[in-house]
Amino acid sequence: MEKVLMKGNEALAEAAIRAGCKCFFGYPITPQTELSEYLSKQMPKRGGVFLQAESEVAAINMVLGAAATGTRVMTSSSSPGVSLKSEGISYIAGSDVPAVIINVQRGGPGLGGIQPSQADYWQATKGLGHGDFHLIVLAPSSVQEVVDLVSKAFDLGDKYRVPVMLLSDGLLGQMMEPVSFPEATESKFDKSGWAANGTKMEREHHIVNSLYIEANDLEDIVKERYARYAAIEEAESDAESYLTEDADIVVVAYGATARVVKSAVNKARAEGIKVGMLRPITLWPFPKKQLCAACENAKAVLTVEMSMGQMVDDVKLALECKKPVSFFGRTGGVIPTPAEVYAEIVKLNGGAL
Amino acid sequence: MAVVFERPHALCDVRLHYCAGCTHGIIHRLVCEVIDEMGIEGETVGVCPVGCSVFAYNYFNCDMIEAPHGRAPAVATGVKRARPDLNVFTYQGDGDLAAIGTAETVHAATRGENIVVIFVNNTTYGMTGGQMAPTTLPGQVTTTTPYGRDPKANGYPIRVCEMLSTLTGTSYAVRTAVDTVPHIRETKKAIRKAFENQKAGKGFSIVEVLSTCPSNWGLTPKESIKRLQEECIPYYPLGVYKDIDAEGGETK
Amino acid sequence: MAKMTVIFDRCKGCELCTTACPKHIVALQHEKRNKEGVFTAVCTDESACIGCAMCAMICPDCAIVIEK
Repeated sequence: MEKVLMKGNEALAEAAIRAGCKCFFGYPITPQTELSEYLSKQMPKRGGVFLQAESEVAAINMVLGAAATGTRVMTSSSSPGVSLKSEGISYIAGSDVPAVIINVQRGGPGLGGIQPSQADYWQATKGLGHGDFHLIVLAPSSVQEVVDLVSKAFDLGDKYRVPVMLLSDGLLGQMMEPVSFPEATESKFDKSGWAANGTKMEREHHIVNSLYIEANDLEDIVKERYARYAAIEEAESDAESYLTEDADIVVVAYGATARVVKSAVNKARAEGIKVGMLRPITLWPFPKKQLCAACENAKAVLTVEMSMGQMVDDVKLALECKKPVSFFGRTGGVIPTPAEVYAEIVKLNGGAL
Repeated sequence: MAVVFERPHALCDVRLHYCAGCTHGIIHRLVCEVIDEMGIEGETVGVCPVGCSVFAYNYFNCDMIEAPHGRAPAVATGVKRARPDLNVFTYQGDGDLAAIGTAETVHAATRGENIVVIFVNNTTYGMTGGQMAPTTLPGQVTTTTPYGRDPKANGYPIRVCEMLSTLTGTSYAVRTAVDTVPHIRETKKAIRKAFENQKAGKGFSIVEVLSTCPSNWGLTPKESIKRLQEECIPYYPLGVYKDIDAEGGETK
Repeated sequence: MAKMTVIFDRCKGCELCTTACPKHIVALQHEKRNKEGVFTAVCTDESACIGCAMCAMICPDCAIVIEK
């Protein structure tokens, strides 16, 4: 397949159109703006809708409306903007409609900075809005994987009727890499059982709603949703295992950080250190089985993130204290260097070669 | 004898949860009569608010979506942009539309979003028990203005139709009331025109309906109608504030 | 010849219909409560009803049917 050189944000936008995304509602914020700009050019020419909303809050609620009609819809933002979207994401989850939300992460808290960050892991996987719910969180680490996972995000959302987040970062959004795109597709999923798209006087009315005033009714619907979450955990957890079979040390990293870690692992391997990498591709569901398998023979586990340490919590929970887990991170938009990660690996290996 | 007046098909055959004398039920019925008369129930999607009419999805026979508080115009925008073939309306109260949802309302209007907004103004937050609304009148006692709304401390009420009529994107802004049968008839005409506007692709139409809240006003239904006439209508004059079909689309 | 019928269990006894009737023949009865515990509206003089439906138009609960 022919490859083209593209910026991560633009490749993501193109991939969304090819995945059958018909509507995009967004609000400008660095470092994801190229994504909106690309769609503002392309959507009108390719039968889609691009609308710049008055706020992130409005944008996510436009997503709710379009999703409720059974239309493939996406929004994108960066960290502070995603915080504003959290209300709508909770309603989307509570209304059981599929939608794709992009977070091109930047440093926080507050306005933070505009450089790459992974400090929204907790927000994405644990607390993106009020109430008992999850969203599927996918974490690409190359521009090609951005393209592949966007298409997967739409399919997973439609299959399970859940919101899906693609957790990118400023580095993946801004870098250029050669990518190949799949052929354009449409949703293969039947939404006629729930979509609010007009009864045509042929069926009972559909109600897309997250309100259940009777406590027992609400518990029932939340439990039904959690049964779906269990199915997602069983079927959709995904990770890349790199040189972990004989590894004494396993480094866990996702997204752009995993690229840095891979370089450090390769350098350490060249120096004879038995080190490997486990890269979660789904952050929720967290790939516990893959992590435990990768760490089976490991003596030490190191988690590297562009944050003060967030995914490391899930690594520890998954390993149930059976392995010592240490952490190395840079934050505020500072990207860890291969040399820094290599130094951490050497330290865990006993400090000397 | 033949039946000459009964429940419209678009209104579900269930008991409404509203308090005795609350005029939400009249406004629901008028919307449904218009949907019936235009024959559009099968191609209509309604968006309900948060507030007393939060359960409106149980009362309209067309497809319904429940929006977060104040976000109904944004949700309706999503529906309409995704499916321009559908007739889309929101049904919102004053707290929903003119406080927490002001941005969504103003921007849907200024975009000329081709939707119908039914705005029920009863000058209070009914569902939460009678707190101050953006439309609460000066001096009006509510549970959060126990000494009466003091504009120095709480600001002034918002006149929504007047405000939206200044926006180019608004095609129709009208204020009506449901205190008497003639006013109820005018309200229905306004709702019909708003839906016809959408059919014709004319853009944003808002029908503001002055309504009552006997429970939180602490009045009987009949006394509430009297208050609506003596206090609310003078502060919120009825009439057409903008109609692009009228000559030059002049604002009032 | 016209007839107004109040759907007994839907009436909330708000009395708005009594304000609308041009013939002043709609009032609450005080003999039988419905399942909501409400004394409901009735037509006090069926022979005088003109079937104008004004009571039905102001009824917030769609509790009045008019036949003509």
